[in-house]
Amino acid sequence: MKAYLRAMRWLFHIGRYMQLLSASFRRPEKGRVFRSLLIRELDAIGTQSIGIVALLSLFMGAVICLQTAHQIGGWIPVYTIGFTVRQTMILEFSPTLIPVILAGKVGSNIASQIGTMRVTEQIDALEIMGVNSASYLILPKIIAGLCIVPFLVILSMVMGVGAGAWVGVATGVSSLADFEYGMQVDFHVFDVIYALTKTVAFGFILTSVSAYHGYYAAGGALEVGRSSTRAVVWSVVIIMVTNLILTQMLLN
Amino acid sequence: MIELHNISKSFGEHDVLKDIQASFERGKVNFVIGRSGSGKSVMTKCTVGLIEPDQGHVSYDGRNFTALSRRDRKEIRQEIGMLFQGSALFDSMTVQENVSFPLKMFSGMTDAEIDRRASECLERVELADAGSRFPAECSGGMQKRVGIARAIAMNPKYLFCDEPNSGLDPQTAIVIDQLIMEITREYNMTTVVISHDMNSVMEASDTIHFVHEGRILWRGDRGGLLAGGVPELEDFVFASELMRRIRKGGQI
Ligand SMILES: Nc1ncnc2c1ncn2[C@@H]1O[C@H](COP(=O)(O)OP(=O)(O)OP(=O)(O)O)[C@@H](O)[C@H]1O
Ligand SMILES: [Mg+2]
Repeated sequence: MKAYLRAMRWLFHIGRYMQLLSASFRRPEKGRVFRSLLIRELDAIGTQSIGIVALLSLFMGAVICLQTAHQIGGWIPVYTIGFTVRQTMILEFSPTLIPVILAGKVGSNIASQIGTMRVTEQIDALEIMGVNSASYLILPKIIAGLCIVPFLVILSMVMGVGAGAWVGVATGVSSLADFEYGMQVDFHVFDVIYALTKTVAFGFILTSVSAYHGYYAAGGALEVGRSSTRAVVWSVVIIMVTNLILTQMLLN
Repeated sequence: MIELHNISKSFGEHDVLKDIQASFERGKVNFVIGRSGSGKSVMTKCTVGLIEPDQGHVSYDGRNFTALSRRDRKEIRQEIGMLFQGSALFDSMTVQENVSFPLKMFSGMTDAEIDRRASECLERVELADAGSRFPAECSGGMQKRVGIARAIAMNPKYLFCDEPNSGLDPQTAIVIDQLIMEITREYNMTTVVISHDMNSVMEASDTIHFVHEGRILWRGDRGGLLAGGVPELEDFVFASELMRRIRKGGQI
């Protein structure tokens, strides 16, 4: 019985999420208004996340470099360091963990912003005017997420690998030539395409799932807080599950 | 004329509205009065379609609003202005932008015309120089007035005000009441005012509906109000010492 109720609740959420998405993907009422909202979101989701993305990627690239250097004993070639840094950053760290971090930063922000608008009746005010509140509030965020998250991920890859090279050379565990060789060895463009494909999906998930939780917040400030926690948790869980599915699909 | 036909609404077990019949006339200020929690706000939200009634329908000058699809409702929505109980101003926008917002979305005016119209509306509520403030920087009463300015920006045919002067000092409350009366006459609007302030009722009402526990127990006008007859209504109206004295015709 309990399992049944739980299943029903899941179905309810999935259905309502789909409904919200279909309401969001409507032609915006005013192109000009939409463009200015989009620019604001690109700034909020993108520009304001560059710092944290860069910081984490630099440290991650550096640590992977040192860790790999430490792990390879004498007989594994030194260029493995550059190779490992590149593969780790491009294949999983940048495309998966950066969206997870963005889910924490951007997702909670989206949910609490939309949630506050819900509980203070601002969404009702939009509806009364005849504005499609879902499309007005959510579409710019999703589009911004789709555009900007891949860009942030590329930034993260470049920064991570760059930091790895710098630390490798600076600490003397690898020469620049070795690192560069390792960076290029067995490189497939497909890996980058694979990574960016996943990233687009994650950008969509983290914006839309967070918006969903905010949009259906009910009650007061407490509930807005809860909805933003839920937004982060669910975005992360769904990103991880999707990652598994996409990895399996794309690698076959 | 707005007509409510047999509107019922429950939230779970709780029957909030029970078979409401009401009609609000054009060119008049129609008051809905009743105690806190009697269902006034829910009734208004059912009328404008923010809450779907379980039963019954609402018609706007003969157009059955409840039966319309979301898209067709939009046309009527744009003829509705609404002041929410909590003002529901967009907190990311300045006062001027709040008032301009519906114009920007729907009017097809140029920017200069929009600015002029928004300033005109702000002047009407005596807020000509608050345009550049944000809602958070306004007092509760100012927010109410901005809410009214925003509601009338599009020259609505139908105006709903949920407690326009709760939380205002008596002088400002009178200014608001007068304003609502003036614009109702001037634009021949169908105005619905929700209130439990007997001062406003005596000052500004043309017709009155009394809601008690989700039913309309009485309808009439100011004159009839003092005559009494329905015990719940008498309790409501003569709850204040002032009104009791007026009834006795005695000195205040
Ligand atoms: N979304 C909701 N879910 C459940 N119950 C609700 C909801 N909205 C309102 N109610 C209930 O409906 C009843 C009427 O609420 P309503 O807001 O219409 O009162 P009101 O007459 O406007 O009171 P007030 O004068 O205090 O604003 C209340 O008992 C309230 O608890
Ligand atoms: Mg109310």
